[in-house]
Amino acid sequence: MGLELPLFYVFAAVAVVTSALVIGQRSPVYSVMLLIASFAALAGLYVLLDAPFVAVIQIIIYAGAILVLFLFVVMLLNAPKEAALRERVAAGPRRAGAVLGVVLAGELAWALWHAALSREPAGSGQGMSAQPVDSVRAIGQVLYTDYAFAFEVTSLLILVAMVGAVVLAKRHV
Amino acid sequence: MVSLNHYLFLSAILFAIGTTGVFLRRNVITVLLSIEIMLNAANLTIVAFGRDFGAVDGQIIVFFVVTVAAAEAAVGLAIVIALFRLRESLDPDAFTSLKW
Repeated sequence: MGLELPLFYVFAAVAVVTSALVIGQRSPVYSVMLLIASFAALAGLYVLLDAPFVAVIQIIIYAGAILVLFLFVVMLLNAPKEAALRERVAAGPRRAGAVLGVVLAGELAWALWHAALSREPAGSGQGMSAQPVDSVRAIGQVLYTDYAFAFEVTSLLILVAMVGAVVLAKRHV
Repeated sequence: MVSLNHYLFLSAILFAIGTTGVFLRRNVITVLLSIEIMLNAANLTIVAFGRDFGAVDGQIIVFFVVTVAAAEAAVGLAIVIALFRLRESLDPDAFTSLKW
């Protein structure tokens, strides 16, 4: 599997660059489009992680449904371009936001690094060597037995969200 | 071989990008998009750990996270539409009625 590492770096680079552009972009339509590209790259990473079910969910539900919903709203509201960052945010908060982002990235990397190191001896030893599970069949079996209650509650959640969205967006209730 | 740490670092970077977006953007729709980026960073961590432990539970949790994200997006965007009708603006600074 010499191809795995280059593929990981390609997908990771695409995900990071497009996500950064989502934040840097002033037009909301472009932001949504770039986020779809980012989610496609993440789906590729899920395939590398032996999780084809999650990859398909990512494409169909995230890119296909949720982001199209975003696109609908952006076009419905005819969202204008934001003013440039320089004009709308004072230098102080802008710098504080950027510093906060960098600090958070460092902190997360440090925490995750230690989390991964501390469980290394107890685990499989070199990580990622566990046997991949026969994905979709195994997921179905666990989902409809151990997680059956949570699964049913999810349907209730979707019903409530649907009713809530209609009530909120309607002009006269 | 791609180690668990690779995925964790990538996830940390994506989460930080999402957080920065929430702080820096002045458009409620883009703020919601940044939240989606953060949710995806968390999902990546869960799947990577699940792969490392050799259990499917991680992927099932991601399935639930995606469902909750869909509900959140539907309700959040309905609120955005209602707010836009009220103020003709998507700037979060325009919605300050609850500010004391």
